[in-house]
Amino acid sequence: MQAYEKHSSIAALLNRNNVDTDQIVPKQFLKKVQRNGFGAHLFHDWRFNADGSDDLTFELNNPAFKGARILVTGDNFGCGSSREHAPWAIADYGFNTIISTSYADIFFNNCFKNSILPIIVDSHTLLALMEEIAENEGVAFEVDLDNQSVSTPGKNDFRFEVEPYRKHNLLEGLDDIALSLVHADKITTFEQEQKIAQPWLWRDA
Amino acid sequence: MAKTMYEKIWDAHLVHEQAGQAALLYVDRHLMHEVTSPQAFEGLDLANRQVRNRHSILATLDHCVPTRDRDQPIADPIGKLQVETMIANCAKHGLNLYDMENPNNGVIHIVVPEHGFVHPGMVVVCGDSHTATHGAFGALAFGIGTSEVEHVMATQTLPQKKSKTMLVKVDGELSEFSTAKDIALAIIGKIGTAGGTGYVIEFAGEAVVNLSMEGRMTLCNMAIEAGARAGLIAPDTKTYDFLRGKEFSPEGQDWDSAMAYWQSIPSDEGAEFDITIELAARDIAPQVTWGTSPEQVVSVTAAVPAPDSFQDKIKSQACKSALEYMGLEANTKITDINIDYAFIGSCTNGRIEDFRSAAKVARGTTVAAGVTAIAVPGSYHVKKQAEEEGLDRVFIEAGWEWRDPGCSMCLAMNGDELKEGQRCASTSNRNFEGRQGKGGRTHLVSPAMAAAAAAAGRFVDIR
Ligand code: SF4
Repeated sequence: MQAYEKHSSIAALLNRNNVDTDQIVPKQFLKKVQRNGFGAHLFHDWRFNADGSDDLTFELNNPAFKGARILVTGDNFGCGSSREHAPWAIADYGFNTIISTSYADIFFNNCFKNSILPIIVDSHTLLALMEEIAENEGVAFEVDLDNQSVSTPGKNDFRFEVEPYRKHNLLEGLDDIALSLVHADKITTFEQEQKIAQPWLWRDA
Repeated sequence: MAKTMYEKIWDAHLVHEQAGQAALLYVDRHLMHEVTSPQAFEGLDLANRQVRNRHSILATLDHCVPTRDRDQPIADPIGKLQVETMIANCAKHGLNLYDMENPNNGVIHIVVPEHGFVHPGMVVVCGDSHTATHGAFGALAFGIGTSEVEHVMATQTLPQKKSKTMLVKVDGELSEFSTAKDIALAIIGKIGTAGGTGYVIEFAGEAVVNLSMEGRMTLCNMAIEAGARAGLIAPDTKTYDFLRGKEFSPEGQDWDSAMAYWQSIPSDEGAEFDITIELAARDIAPQVTWGTSPEQVVSVTAAVPAPDSFQDKIKSQACKSALEYMGLEANTKITDINIDYAFIGSCTNGRIEDFRSAAKVARGTTVAAGVTAIAVPGSYHVKKQAEEEGLDRVFIEAGWEWRDPGCSMCLAMNGDELKEGQRCASTSNRNFEGRQGKGGRTHLVSPAMAAAAAAAGRFVDIR
């Protein structure tokens, strides 16, 4: 997993509440055998016209938000089915940070498994950030996970909470697999002992 | 201190333990099929990781494969893609795959024991809930999700929390017409589909010990339908006899040292379980499910219950909606329910013993008018064995279709499916809404009961 570094990026505004995982990736795209490439389908039904062209009325199609890595959005983001395709699509599209007042539980957990930082703010702060983006489209925010802070040109700076172990794993780029591999020496020892005690388990068929 | 079998296997596989964290458990065997693995392989590749122990893996193609016209390309493009992806992934990582042309091909939980790939005291995982099947050998076997499949490939371990232990004792002798399937359904009927949640079940008692290895697999297979993480049966002479001479079994001196470990695995005298449940085998009549959950089950002599016969409000409501979906009236006698379909197969009841017991009933009968009956061996080896015994003739002469192996109508992913409203006597393990096709109605039964229902066009008491 990619380590989460301090960055200054364009913040895109999606001012909608209760965006569910079915809207994030509609279900016709779930039958793929890969997990990459879902960015092309992110918000598909909102993002494209019936003929496949970009729907220019959709917020994220605003040219000012091109290259945005921060998504500022409404309450209860990521509700609905538990599919991990939703964070896969968000990350693949290019976002690594979401700012909202609340998230669905499974979606929130899945974000951390995919190098995405979901920041929780109070509704007052969210409103201020939304206003700043609306007034200055294409504005960049600076996100510093180590310091647990976000700063903006409009001085809507704030600090946020994140569980220490999650912060640590994001900063170090440690996924669950990497965490288990911290004990690689012990795994190797276990295997060496097994090879001696039960050599038949290690033979070719 | 006296330990349970579960605790012994757990302790023997602990790689790392730290207070307040999940323990890291070593995985000896990793079973795979085409549906739950593609994103795991992709994740592995994206992170530039390798399969840590390819010797631990055995893979097959089963969920999406057609059970007839095997020489034709797979019609469903998604099934075809999953199969092709699996073949490519296994080739790339040097994994042992029983592909569709391989004489060892079949349903994962059928083929793995056929080759002696699972031994007592192992930790076994698969991206599939019916992995519990292998508990029949005294192995701790459980299903995992796709991200865990990747985790096991990369690390050969899994972070795990310890389960509670439940002992299910089935005492006395089973009647000749009742089977392991009926024991499983009777247990689920008693404790409910959530009764085993958080537990690993050890099955014991005279009726369990008397089961063949095939029967033990059927019983452990359905532990998951009782909500349990895994089912376990203590290994004994039957287990060792079954394993002797199999492709992946140890030989010579290795066999002796393996036996030393295997024989140390059964629960110690006086080991304590968190819960003990007891059933009397003689009370277990052939079972038939009437609803859309395996716990909605009664004896063949009984009738479909009425919603108000349940004290529990949730169960009463569940009964009401199940009857609606199943198109059944309360108080209908089970033996008055007509069927459109019969299916013998799946990892629950797709072994040679299952076809023998069904053939005994089917011999000389004719499938009732309007009923379609399909027999789907769990593997090519089962198919071949059955054909050597002439069982295929029995089924074909009775009007059954005799197919190639696969999961088939157990989950209807390969094109074998019920049409809206059709009713099936099925030897599989799940009667959930839509499991055998959208709007399809499933009644879970033993193979002999399915064969009898096919001939009569309705459920019958085979005793
Ligand atoms: S036969 Fe059914 S339960 Fe068994 S592995 Fe196949 S689909 Fe799953």
